[in-house]
Amino acid sequence: MKIKLWGVRGSIATTGPDTEIYGGNTSCVTIAHDDYVLVLDGGTGIRQLSGSNYPSHQRIDVLLTHLHLDHIQGLGFFSPLFDATKEIHIWGPASSSQSLFSRLSRYLSPPLFPVLLRDLPCKLFLHEIGNSQFEAGPFLIQSNYIIHPGPTVGFRVTYRNAVFTFLPDHEPALGNNGIIKESRWISGYDLAEGADILLHDSQFTPEEYSHKRGWGHSTINDACLFGSLTAVQRILLAHHDPSHTDTFLDEMFNSFKKSAGTIPPASLAKEGTEIDLS
Amino acid sequence: MASYEIEIILNRQLADCLSIPVFITDTDGNLIFYNEPAETVLGKRFEETGEMPVAEWSTVFKPLDEHGKPLHPEELPLVRTLTDEYPHHKKFYIESLKGERQHISVTSYPIISRTGKFLGAVAIFWKLKEK
Repeated sequence: MKIKLWGVRGSIATTGPDTEIYGGNTSCVTIAHDDYVLVLDGGTGIRQLSGSNYPSHQRIDVLLTHLHLDHIQGLGFFSPLFDATKEIHIWGPASSSQSLFSRLSRYLSPPLFPVLLRDLPCKLFLHEIGNSQFEAGPFLIQSNYIIHPGPTVGFRVTYRNAVFTFLPDHEPALGNNGIIKESRWISGYDLAEGADILLHDSQFTPEEYSHKRGWGHSTINDACLFGSLTAVQRILLAHHDPSHTDTFLDEMFNSFKKSAGTIPPASLAKEGTEIDLS
Repeated sequence: MASYEIEIILNRQLADCLSIPVFITDTDGNLIFYNEPAETVLGKRFEETGEMPVAEWSTVFKPLDEHGKPLHPEELPLVRTLTDEYPHHKKFYIESLKGERQHISVTSYPIISRTGKFLGAVAIFWKLKEK
């Protein structure tokens, strides 16, 4: 089970010398086993799955946590969608009012995009999910709705004994007193419990969060508290704010570490990172 | 034990921010959360009791009509919501185990998930001023 981070920036792609260490592409992670590739989120990072990175497997599963633009913007530039030999399965959170097709078509249609979703050459299958379990290739996947504006799910991807949990946009601390420290009352708990790696939202500093409660994101502090409560082995802190430069991220993380108590090993997610969980 | 669905968790977080008594039950009527203002109605603290089975918390106070006659459970908004999964509202009296009587207004609503699944119910109590 090989994990690669293709985009860990939040909100909007942010290029330039100030973000070259942690990267500027928005949410996209792949999990590969043999030649099978599972794609988590379709942010701008997904565009890099071309050329020598072009998935060789005939079937590709793309799992979308939600349909905010930073998680789907790269779909229009995901080469396999334009390859008639490919069978693409897109899994996304169900809404109570509109189909996944209808909601994805808002972006993949003029005037925002020249090609209609229904005209894509690949064999396209859409799957609406919520609190669901399903298989994709060799992977067992659990999805649950989590706290973030609009229908949003997180994913727990299991292969044999290895578990990767993907919660790039998540605000488990939403409320008067932050995260309720009882497992039954923690959003996303079942997805993360005991995972080998948890990739979690850590967009804001505590000061920023005080002005942005309800926006659906977390601080490093809450991400690590969540990782600690769920007893994960390792935390990757992601969804970096577009205004946070590499220098600022390092300072923010170092400042947090000085005051942090006992937490699982944590690091800032960096675009291009590869992890072998075999 | 699996965690609650986020619709339940968010209802608790909302209740925790309100100054009116709020009770949250699962689909069987078991009391899974009540906020601080509700503690004064129940005379118990959530930190001390934790979740309460329906058989236990339903006996804490006695619902009465305006003539002081006991109300049938099926006349109570929360019971009706748990039965038919619709919102309900009613004004009535409650008498605590200490014999204290209060005129209250109760509104209950079902918690139905995005996928249409019935997850539980919320009851909001409001103490009415005597005329």
